[in-house]
Amino acid sequence: MEKTVEVRDLVVRRGRREVLHGISVAVPPGCVTGLLGPSGSGKTTLMRCLVGVQKFQSGTVTVLGRPAGTPELRHAVGYLTQSPSIYADLTVRENARYFASLYSLSNAEADRAVHDVGLADAAHQLVSTLSGGQHSRASLACALLGSPRLLVLDEPTVGQDPVLRDDLWRQFHELAKAGTTLLVSSHVMDEAARCDRLLLIRDGDLIADDTPDAIRTATGTSDLEEAFLRLIRAREAGSGKAQPTQEGKAQPTQERSS
Amino acid sequence: MSLRITARTARRILRQLSHDRRTVAMLLVIPVLLLTLLRYLFDSQPLLFDRIGLIMLGVFPFIVMFLITSVAMLRERTSGTLERLLTTPLHKLDMLLGYGLAFALAAAVQAVVVAGVAYWFLGLDSAGSPWLVGLIAIGNAVLGMALGLFFSAFARSEFQAVQFMPLIVLPQALLCGLFVPRESMVGWLQAISRAMPLTYAVQALTEVGQHADPTNLMWRDLGIIFGLAIVALFLGAATLRRRTG
Ligand SMILES: Nc1ncnc2c1ncn2[C@@H]1O[C@H](COP(=O)(O)OP(=O)(O)OP(=O)(O)O)[C@@H](O)[C@H]1O
Ligand SMILES: [Mg+2]
Repeated sequence: MEKTVEVRDLVVRRGRREVLHGISVAVPPGCVTGLLGPSGSGKTTLMRCLVGVQKFQSGTVTVLGRPAGTPELRHAVGYLTQSPSIYADLTVRENARYFASLYSLSNAEADRAVHDVGLADAAHQLVSTLSGGQHSRASLACALLGSPRLLVLDEPTVGQDPVLRDDLWRQFHELAKAGTTLLVSSHVMDEAARCDRLLLIRDGDLIADDTPDAIRTATGTSDLEEAFLRLIRAREAGSGKAQPTQEGKAQPTQERSS
Repeated sequence: MSLRITARTARRILRQLSHDRRTVAMLLVIPVLLLTLLRYLFDSQPLLFDRIGLIMLGVFPFIVMFLITSVAMLRERTSGTLERLLTTPLHKLDMLLGYGLAFALAAAVQAVVVAGVAYWFLGLDSAGSPWLVGLIAIGNAVLGMALGLFFSAFARSEFQAVQFMPLIVLPQALLCGLFVPRESMVGWLQAISRAMPLTYAVQALTEVGQHADPTNLMWRDLGIIFGLAIVALFLGAATLRRRTG
């Protein structure tokens, strides 16, 4: 099936460090793909490449059949930045309505997005007066506007309580069912279990790309957190670059012949 | 680019301004206070007040809009909103013209209020029409805004941004002919003065002060001001980078 996102041999340098070392990933359409990895492993950097705001040294990034960041894609891709990026000196509602207007959406649709993230009661509050979790949700509302074909969400549920998290994940799956492709980064393993597919990156390399079940089977544990630890340790023990696990047959490690 | 998005962006910027009541009050009150100060400073020389007061009317919007825009734009850059906007259908020009439109409107309100006070209550007198003064004031505001947009790209923090004000604005204010007539400056200073936008603003205002009807020199200067503003806007557009490292 045609992939929504195809990244080939992507090399990204930020400052003096090479952050992604020739990574190749594909994201299939109409499902929720989780992007996991330790802090500093390059999740945000990869997402920035997909929405076309990151310079990269080599490789190709194709989104919906077009090079990432081309003007036609800006109607089709929604992006939630890791730290909330909305106007602190506007109310929640004014923010949502402004972002909605950029996509030619009505005020009613903006208000619905605010409602969907559970901020209906705070709609008239200035963003600068929101709590941390509310602030993130206000930013999320602006990203969910207008059901884009691809949603790139950088840690959308961080700082939210379990009830809200559950609610948001249910919405993500509803969107996927309606045909939206979601790429969601997270630190939390119980969220990993809610994804249809998982990408695990570490130090700028892809070390797993599979369904949660296949990863559990391949690593011989039912606990995803443990599975990831095993994948990471196996890779470190291999002391070289491991190849990413293949679809349907995840391997803890495979030392690259050199 | 799209007119609708430009208009909505301008509206959003004005909304932000309107939530900041204190800034709005300061935009209106500070120039009035300073003009009142000048009026009583030159109590015994009303002609001098006519000359300097008129120039101040035109120059305030330049300084204020330069400051406000460079800080507002820096906030867009550092808060991540600019980067996010550039992933949406918004075009760079929508953003710049949105700022231009919003601050030109703010400057127009400021010019009307301040000029109203100056002409009616402070006894300011000019040979030419106050409307021309207002037009020049708006031109200066747009120019200040465009330069602020451009220079904000070279500031990493708000501390740096406010330092651009003495760097960019003060030399222009010193060399524009307000303090020392340009003809009596040494040659190289005259040359610098000719290269500075504010010089043309002050010259245009002086023309309005001295002639009942708009002069050709005034129209030419006004043209230069708006022309430079457009150049600065395009330079500003070049500093809005979609992809960063
Ligand atoms: N602007 C920058 N300049 C230089 N290095 C950077 C820059 N931004 C990020 N990095 C570095 O790139 C690496 C990857 O960062 P990235 O933000 O992609 O990590 P992440 O996986 O999203 O981490 P986290 O889970 O903490 O958000 C880190 O080592 C980081 O220090
Ligand atoms: Mg990150």
